[in-house]
Amino acid sequence: MSLTRRDVEGIAHLARLEITEGELPVYVDSLSKILSFVEQLNAAQTASVEPMAHPLEGEIQRLRADVVSESDRHEKYQANAPLVAGALYVVPKVIE
Amino acid sequence: MSLHTRSLAELAAGLAAKEFSAVELARHFIARIDAANEGLNAFLTVTTERALADAARADAARAAGRAGPLTGLPVAHKDIFCTDGIRTSCGSRMLDGFIAPYDATVVERLQAAGTVLLGKTNMDEFAMGSSNENSYYGPVRNPWDRGKVPGGSSGGSAAAVAARLVPAATGTDTGGSIRQPAALVGVSGIKPTYGRVSRYGMIAFASSLDQAGVLAPSAADCALLLGAMAGFDPRDSTSVDVPVPDYVAELEAPLRGKRIGVLKEFFAEGLEGPTGALVEAAIALLREQGAEIVEVSCPNLPLSVPTYYVVAPAECSSNLSRFDGVRFGHRCKEPRDLMDLYKRSRGEGFGAEVKRRIMTGTYVLSAGYYDAYYLKAQKVRSLITADFRRAFETVDLLVGPTSPTPAFAIGAKVDDPITMYLNDIYTIGANLAGLPAMSVPCGFVGALPVGLQLIGPHFGESRLLAAAHAYQRETDFHRRLPAAYA
Repeated sequence: MSLTRRDVEGIAHLARLEITEGELPVYVDSLSKILSFVEQLNAAQTASVEPMAHPLEGEIQRLRADVVSESDRHEKYQANAPLVAGALYVVPKVIE
Repeated sequence: MSLHTRSLAELAAGLAAKEFSAVELARHFIARIDAANEGLNAFLTVTTERALADAARADAARAAGRAGPLTGLPVAHKDIFCTDGIRTSCGSRMLDGFIAPYDATVVERLQAAGTVLLGKTNMDEFAMGSSNENSYYGPVRNPWDRGKVPGGSSGGSAAAVAARLVPAATGTDTGGSIRQPAALVGVSGIKPTYGRVSRYGMIAFASSLDQAGVLAPSAADCALLLGAMAGFDPRDSTSVDVPVPDYVAELEAPLRGKRIGVLKEFFAEGLEGPTGALVEAAIALLREQGAEIVEVSCPNLPLSVPTYYVVAPAECSSNLSRFDGVRFGHRCKEPRDLMDLYKRSRGEGFGAEVKRRIMTGTYVLSAGYYDAYYLKAQKVRSLITADFRRAFETVDLLVGPTSPTPAFAIGAKVDDPITMYLNDIYTIGANLAGLPAMSVPCGFVGALPVGLQLIGPHFGESRLLAAAHAYQRETDFHRRLPAAYA
């Protein structure tokens, strides 16, 4: 599997990652190698195999009751936010 | 006998006998960290004040007759565990200034058990790496040879324990991140069954594989700490409600009569001769101790690494989408618009390997490729898990090497991700199948330690720990210290 620069630019966009001109050829090369490497999986016969859903047999993800379990701690949580105004997270203007 | 050469159990006995106080013990290790950390880069944050306060509380609890088995014992946490009020960086620029607003369950439980927090240890960024060279804060050095890597991603915890800057530390293991560094620095490390230890407050990398565990000199030390960490937690939806056995009491279970399977696939091409010879010698010793040794095959196991490098990046790309430059973490300067904010914040905040894995994951999950990569990998994962299940119908434990080579030179593998990924060729299988596994020191190639890996069936931690403990009663590799840190 060989990716082009354009492929990697597309993946980086989907992943919301800015990749510099200098980094781009490195990722073209290493992502192509990784995809070639994982192509080994094609050798496995999996036509009648169920994809794994949980590492433990019979276990499923537990659900919990939809009830409030925590008190309001927004001040503590927002102390880590890069930009807050009046308890709101501030982002660049989205709607003109 | 100086304090740092003692095991956790011996330190606990010394505290109980009032031979020394928890404050004295904490000061001893803090002095060791102060002297050695600059050369090893094992700790990212040293919580001296917190440690002394914890220790004073432990001494007070003991004076009041309220001490438990762990009261006053110093520990360190991998910087992937949220610690309330203390920086939790995950080894990333993205979280450089992040002060966790709550404690991970692991942190909370060890705190409640009376342990003393010495600090937070270095790691590969977001636990992605096998050499600790992917940390934003620079590589950790191997105490046995500072030109060599300590393994990763729990490399800071591993190096700190190997140099006895702390008697035990927590780690996490998604594809070998406890066991491989434990092997490369000559300490014991256990990755429990998936769901055994709560992942709440443990920054997520690949949620179907991540599991918290312990690095400590001996299996007995691991047993002591794991007992306090394990158990059901309603805050982690994958936490399993299975009773936690008394791992310490079960250490003495005899090895005699146990059937141990030698994994044929682990002794194929790629395993370096001297490492393989030490592992075979360790297996011979298990046989001398009364275990029945049989050869076992898990034919799909060689597909572990490619399976992992589809599943883990896929989950990583989802988990790390939370880092958006809005709610927490790095934010770029003067974003033009929201897209620019996302892209530059993430592009600047994440290191090269993390970006590589996010992009790999994004690709394998993208429209048109999902079936070919992700679904295929999850099917192969079923095959690998079925291989293990069949193996455990006939044996109690599986053994093999932990890593194909001893520690390699810093910088030796950074340019080739595939070569780096193959370090985890023997450890990834247990993660894919959710099995408990551990590494114990089994000798040296030159000055560098080698690890023996033991893999158990689901919830077979007691079995692993007892077998490792039996082995460690007959060997002293786990007691050896690097000369510079003796």
